[in-house]
Amino acid sequence: MSRYLTKRILGMFVVIFLVLSIAFVLVRLAPGDPASLMLGPDATPQEVDDLRARLGLDRPILVQYLTFLANAVQGDLGTSLFFNQPVTQVLAGRAEPSILLALFSLVVALVIATPIGIWAAYRRGTPGDQMSVTTAMLAASVPSFLTGLIFQRYLATDLGWFPVSGYGGPDASFATRLEHLVLPSITLGITNSALILRFTRASMLDILGEDYVRTARAKGMSERRVVLRHALKNAGIPIITVVGLTFALLVSGAVVTERVFNLPGMGNLAVGAVLRRDYPVVQGTLIVVAAIYVLVNLATDLLYLVVDKRVKY
Amino acid sequence: MSETILTVEGLRVGFGRKASPVVALRDVSFALKRGETLALVGESGSGKSVTSLALMGLLPPGGQVMAGRMDFTDRAGTRHDLTALTPTRRRALRGPGLSMIFQEPMSSLNPLFTVGDQIGEMLLLHETLDAKARRRRTIEMLELVEIPGAANRVDTYPHEMSGGMRQRVMIAMAMICNPALLIADEPTTALDVTIQAQILDLMRRLQKDLGMSILFITHDMGVVAEMADEVAVMYAGAVVERAGVLDLFDRPRHPYTRGLLASIPDPDPKPDERLVPIPGSVPPLTMLPKGCAFAPRCPLAEPACERGVSLTEKAPGHFAACIHSEEVA
Repeated sequence: MSRYLTKRILGMFVVIFLVLSIAFVLVRLAPGDPASLMLGPDATPQEVDDLRARLGLDRPILVQYLTFLANAVQGDLGTSLFFNQPVTQVLAGRAEPSILLALFSLVVALVIATPIGIWAAYRRGTPGDQMSVTTAMLAASVPSFLTGLIFQRYLATDLGWFPVSGYGGPDASFATRLEHLVLPSITLGITNSALILRFTRASMLDILGEDYVRTARAKGMSERRVVLRHALKNAGIPIITVVGLTFALLVSGAVVTERVFNLPGMGNLAVGAVLRRDYPVVQGTLIVVAAIYVLVNLATDLLYLVVDKRVKY
Repeated sequence: MSETILTVEGLRVGFGRKASPVVALRDVSFALKRGETLALVGESGSGKSVTSLALMGLLPPGGQVMAGRMDFTDRAGTRHDLTALTPTRRRALRGPGLSMIFQEPMSSLNPLFTVGDQIGEMLLLHETLDAKARRRRTIEMLELVEIPGAANRVDTYPHEMSGGMRQRVMIAMAMICNPALLIADEPTTALDVTIQAQILDLMRRLQKDLGMSILFITHDMGVVAEMADEVAVMYAGAVVERAGVLDLFDRPRHPYTRGLLASIPDPDPKPDERLVPIPGSVPPLTMLPKGCAFAPRCPLAEPACERGVSLTEKAPGHFAACIHSEEVA
């Protein structure tokens, strides 16, 4: 077990190193020169060269790479060309809304999807099954910007139950910030519930046909106990996997929702940074997202251990 | 001890739409006495397993009992018409009344719970015992089915056990509430021959000690000879012959039974002796021939077989559904 953990953690570092390298190369392959872009069309070639020198962009690519790696190891991901702040600081400010949004929207998605998925699998082929699945698909196929706008219009503007957008400003209390996350979380949760619903239903369908479910029935227990104790625990394993992967995806992938609700999150930041050719921020975001992916994967694998004793590492 | 605990009369089970169902069981009738073993024998698709699932009330979705009675007498002497019970009463009988073990010990236990958990759950469901007492009873039961180191094994998971051990666990689970009837659906088919013998021994011993009846489902005539008091031979969803085990092996009165017996390999064959297979295969339930379903494969078939014949008593306690039963015997 501890050998497995050591191996996994070493593996994590390898992945992060690879991501660092890929991020470095990718960003430099993209067309456009950040120095001339930053200075605008009116800059003289002299000014551009000066800025390039200051940013280290004139040095050989290998030197740039090694400097980049050495700094990254020390937790220095460079300085944002746009914000003029250390990248780590820029990212730290954006991480909270993104991570919380991913977390809450998954909770919303699970609350919607698991009961419906279990019920639909149990009642497979009935009109109820088809209706619930169709409804969920419909709800999820409405783009999140539309759901978001509808919520903003009715729940925020008309009824005033929740703030319309933003994250409450720089001095907002934690409670205020959470309040600003309610509508985005529901919006994103609805979109993601379809995937989890499909997984839950498929996984439950599989398990309900298993011999041990028949054994459970033969023991004379209620259907409720058969489904919720004997079947659900087995069906939970694939669900854990999809939830873990979705979480990692959402941290940086909730761009549309972040945009609609004007949340200062990582998705928003990444898109802005790409458009502004803010290399260091793009690299930083990539690295943080990769790290989250790797960590969530590890957490998922460790969770298997707890749920399923057949899994041995 | 010759009281009848299970009487099945004219049982008809269909699958699919109520208006035009596929009939899987056609007027199946048999009876089982306390402490005895009835073997249900037949090829795959003959309706053995459907019979057992109908008794348990565990027919797969789409299956329904269309006609017939299943009278079951529990340990307290109360008679239940299984077809007329509410689902809740039916459920309460599963375990303490009648319980079941299945063909596949590898997949019949839930992989995520310890064996102790799964056996103890029977007590949790049907008896009022605290956790400590449940655990004690579970360990006792594991000892009864001869699992070595029961006190430690109780906390292991199914995947840590062999197939034979798992079938012992299944038996322990099925027996812990002391059922009047144990339904065993090919319990040894998936096991090695040596393990098979051990499990059969164990079942016979437990049957004697606890005085329960066994409905033993198998396609293996060797196992029938070893286990059964009575035999019901099934073909295409109907019982074609029913008799005491010795009588049946001695004087089979249905050509299908004779075919089954002839197709058992002789352990000590003469040099030029060949296995005698039954030609053809069981017809699909949707395409049963008119009259006797076995006629197309039967060496004695004649036009009169198309009129069909029901199970009738040919000799005391010996029933057969064949117009040629005298010639067969």
